[in-house]
Formats: sequence, C-alpha cells, structure tokens
Amino acid sequence: MKRGLATVGLALAVAALAGAVLIWFIGESPLEVYGVLLENTWGSSYGIGQVLFKATPLIFTGLAVAVAFKVGLFNIGAEGQLALGSFVTAVCGALLPRAFPGPLAVLVCVAAGMAAGAALAGLAGALKVRYGAHEVINTIMLNFIVSALILWAGNAHFFVKYTTHTRTIIEGATLRHLGFPGSPANTSLLFALAFAGAVAYFFARTRRGFEWRAVGLSRRAAENGGVNVAAAVIGAMALSGALAGAVGANYVLGYKRYYEGGIGGGVGFMGIAVALLGRNHPAGIVAAALLLGTLSHGGLAISSLVPKELVEILQAVIILTVAGASAYRGGFGRRRAAAATTPAPAAAPAAREDADG
Amino acid sequence: MAELWSTLLSLAFLSQVLRITMPYALAAMGGVVSERSGVVNIALEGILLMGAFGAAYGADASGGSIAIALRDGVAAGVATAALYGLAVVTFQADQIVSGVAINMLAYGVTPYLLKALYNSSSNSPTIEGFGGHLFDNPVFWLALLVMAAVHVVVNHTRWGLRVRAVGEHPEAAHTLGVSVNGVRWQAVLASGALAGLGGAWLALSGSGFVAEMSAGRGYIALAAVIMGSWRPLWACAACLLFGFAEALEVNLQLSNLGIPNEITQTFPYVLTMITLAGFIGRSRPPAKLGQPYSAR
Repeated sequence: MKRGLATVGLALAVAALAGAVLIWFIGESPLEVYGVLLENTWGSSYGIGQVLFKATPLIFTGLAVAVAFKVGLFNIGAEGQLALGSFVTAVCGALLPRAFPGPLAVLVCVAAGMAAGAALAGLAGALKVRYGAHEVINTIMLNFIVSALILWAGNAHFFVKYTTHTRTIIEGATLRHLGFPGSPANTSLLFALAFAGAVAYFFARTRRGFEWRAVGLSRRAAENGGVNVAAAVIGAMALSGALAGAVGANYVLGYKRYYEGGIGGGVGFMGIAVALLGRNHPAGIVAAALLLGTLSHGGLAISSLVPKELVEILQAVIILTVAGASAYRGGFGRRRAAAATTPAPAAAPAAREDADG
Repeated sequence: MAELWSTLLSLAFLSQVLRITMPYALAAMGGVVSERSGVVNIALEGILLMGAFGAAYGADASGGSIAIALRDGVAAGVATAALYGLAVVTFQADQIVSGVAINMLAYGVTPYLLKALYNSSSNSPTIEGFGGHLFDNPVFWLALLVMAAVHVVVNHTRWGLRVRAVGEHPEAAHTLGVSVNGVRWQAVLASGALAGLGGAWLALSGSGFVAEMSAGRGYIALAAVIMGSWRPLWACAACLLFGFAEALEVNLQLSNLGIPNEITQTFPYVLTMITLAGFIGRSRPPAKLGQPYSAR
C-alpha cells in the first residue's frame, strides 16, 4: 500500500515536471499556469461542479479498464464502447413514448447503452477465446469501425436532418443536475459511485469475482482449479464494455440530452490512466478520476495559455511512470502476473499456455 | 461497375496500392525486429505518428528537402522508440500498457507541437511531398531495399541471430555472453527508425502532417506481423493486403456504387479483425515475447 502510494506520488511528480517543461517550452510560466488551473477548478463552486462532471465518466471508464485488468485483459476500446453506448442511450431516450415514467426511462436508457457496450467488448472477448486474437488490436479496430457505423446509422436514420446529433430525449429520461451553478454535474455521479461500490463488492466478496481474479493471476492455475476461463474472459470484457457504455448517462441523460458526434471523446483512453493511478481499486479509481477530472477541466481553463493537449501528454506520462515504477521496484503484482498471464498481441504467453496445455 | 473493374486492373491502381502499403510495411518491419527480440511493439502507432510529424517539420524547415525530411522522420521515430525502450527494457514496465501510453503521448505531443510551432490544430504547413510517379521515386526503391535488408539482417546475420536468440531463449543468450537487454535496446531503436521512416512516407506522400494521420496503421501493421508469422517478407505480403483494402476503399468512395462512405471506411479495420482471427493459431510467436528480462 505504502509502495503503491509512493508510485502514485512519483507519477504525479514526474507529470508535473514534464508539464512544466512543456509549458516553459512555449514561453509561459509553469507556476502561473498551474495556479490558473487550480483556481479554475477547486476555486469556485462552478469549478468544483465541472470537476465532478468531468470525473463522472472517468469513474465509469476507469472501472471498465480496471475490471479487464483484474482478469488479465486490456480493454483499450472503452472509447468505442462509450460512443456506441451513448448513441444507443440517446436513440432509446428519443424513441420512448413521452409519457414513459421518469425513473424507469432512465433505467431503460442506461441499460440499453450498457448492453451495447457489453456486446461490443464481448465480441473482442469472444474473438480472443475462440481464435486467440489479441483484444488490444481488436478493441482498437472496433473503435474505428464503430465510429464509422454510428455516423452511417445516424445519417441514414437517427440524426436530425443536416446535423450530426440525434433528436432530444424525452423529459422523463433526463437526469437532474446536482446544483452547482452553471455546471451540468448531474446525478449520474451517484450511478458511478454505486457501480464503483458494486465492482469492489464483486471482486472482494463474490465467488465469481474470486474466480475472475484467479484468471487474472494465472490463467492455467485457474483452469486447473475448475474455473471456466473462456466464460470469465468473455464475461469480464462484457462487464468492462457495459461500464464504458454507461458513460452516456452523464453526457446524454445529464447534459446534452442528445447524442452528438465526438461526445465523450478521449474519456475512454483517460480511463487507462485512471485505472492505473487508482491501482485497479474502485476507491482509488474514484480518487484518480477526481484528479484527472481536475486536469481535464483545468486543461480547458488554461487553453488560452497552453494547448489543451497538455492534459493528454500528462496522462501518458502518468501511465508510463506508474507502469515503469511499479515494475522496476518489483513490488506491483501486475508485472509478474503479466509475465505469466497477460497476452502480448497474439503472442501472449497465455495464448501459448492454452496451446501447450 | 465496369469502370471500377478497369480501375482495379490498371497500373495506376497497382502503384496506388504500393504507395499506400509502404507505411504499413515499414512499420511492420519495425514490428518484426522488435518482436523477434521479445519486445511487443504496440507503440508502432505512436512512432508512425511522430515520424510523420518529424518529416513534415524537416521538410518545412529545410524548404522542401526530402532527404532532411526523411532524416527528421527517422530521428523522431528513434527518439520515440528510445522512450519506449527506457520504459520497457530498462524499467521493465508492462509492454502493452507502456506501448499504449506512448501512443497516447504521440497523439498529445503532435497537436501540441502543431499549435506551438505552426499555430494550427489540424495540420502542418503544406510541404512539397514526393509528387511524380511512384516508380520514379528513389525513396520507394530505398524503402524496398530496406525491407529486403531487414529480411537478410534478421535471418542471415550475427546480429539477427542475437535478436532471435534473446526473443526465444534469453537465458541461453545471456550464458553465451550476449547482453540480452542491450540487444533488445538495439532492436527497439531499429524498430523506431523503421517505423519512423514509415511515418515520413505517410507525411511525404501527402502534403504534410495532418493530426491523427496514422489512423490505426501501427496497430494494423502489428496484425500484419502476426499474420506474417514474425517473418519480414511474409509480413510485407500481409501489408500488401491491407494496402489493397485501403486502396479499394478510396476507389469505392469515388465510384458511386452506392456503398456509403462510412461503410467502405471500415474495410481495413474489418479486414484486420478477420485476418487476425484466421491466422493467429497458425503462427508461433517468439517464445519470450512480452516478457521483460532481468539477469538477477
């Protein structure tokens, strides 16, 4: 635990330093920029609301990536899963009859989005189980495919003419704002926290959660212990995709009230940083999502001084540092577990384990 | 329809396929070298993107020199690969996670630099690219030579043997006095040079750098490496297939056959998934692919 916190601290320090160099490179003062960033986030109730609004989808995608990690899988397709999920959520919200009862409408729309995300990621899981095709390549390919297909389906059927957004969802499916003046932070945050609790409970307390963790630690040992590894891989990918698919609750039901091309862009990749910083633990993920939510909104606030891509760069630096530092100390289970179980493209030691066995 | 067929059977189409194949094939060569040494290279995507940016920068700064553009593209690729090597060889970080981080970094750094250097969020200043006919382009022949060289070096030289040895059985290589991580470093840097060249091709065969222009090609190249069983020439052949799919996509968009553009755009990606599913069981990866080595 201590070592884990040290790794996180190191990652943040390295990121802050790298950021300072980049800010200095374009001729601004790092201290001033960081100051503006903090002031515009935690310095006002609007800022806090915006941080919560940005953190909400990051909790979903952070959980999504973490669930896959726990089972020895790497879902980098959250980007496509959340796009499809948001699209389906919006279409569902627009198609429901006006009189549909409120809370139920929300549930139906979120469930539809989650099912879409689950199907997409589950496909990558199934391809892995059936053909040994690596989920990293397939989920990335699905990102490209899905964004094209949404555009096609939208243009053909669902977009309002001459726009790239769907019709507005019914009143009943709209989520309430949390009451930060001017900020669309909404009650989907409560969904996110509930999911975090559920995921924590699932892995810590249920039999299936235990089995899935066993698959993540050693696929072969789990198999010998009687765990259905194929079901665990597909199931974990589907759950991961479902969590990413829930992002539409925040952007569609709580904010825009329709789907628009590019909604939630980047949030899927940020989920990787959130999961790693949060060390795959739901409580850590919530904390990490708040931190990256701060960066995310802060990045907009400083975009007159520094290109907003600074935030993406800092995330990448954080991921690299966490991955490097935890492996180097030899204290973080993932590397050793990874050596035994996490597949490299096709190459996966695990894929071979299956073949040998 | 007949028009489309006559297009597909023309020499112009063949040269289009070859032109489109180049960045895939060069990146795949990088993938082969790195992966044969035991280092997974998801970072190819980011290296391609950085290579493309480097080349556009070099061409712009030198007033259109192709040689300087190539040099800077390769340099940018090597620099990106060095960061990757530092993470995965020296610090032994998880190769897939780090590779993805390198790609995110490239997707962040390139628009950052676009804004800082050119005050644009989408593209570099227009540069004088290759122009002229493919077969009159010396860089095309140079690239073919590079691919042949990778085949010879990996399969028929001492260094190539060492690369394969540290990927298959690092302990044995270590016992024989080979520095496992030294060779892996060299292989990663070489893959950076190769994929950087691929990125340079991407920028120079158009009119400069466009944000996110690698568009998944690094991942597709990796699929081609797997399809080609980690053998250079076979990986090149696999890349031809992806080049063909992309060229077909472009021509279908122009052909008015009634297939929506959004659908044709998915061709290369769908093809990648199908081939990945079809070929994986039949090829054997290097034994220690993805596993860091520490002598202690």
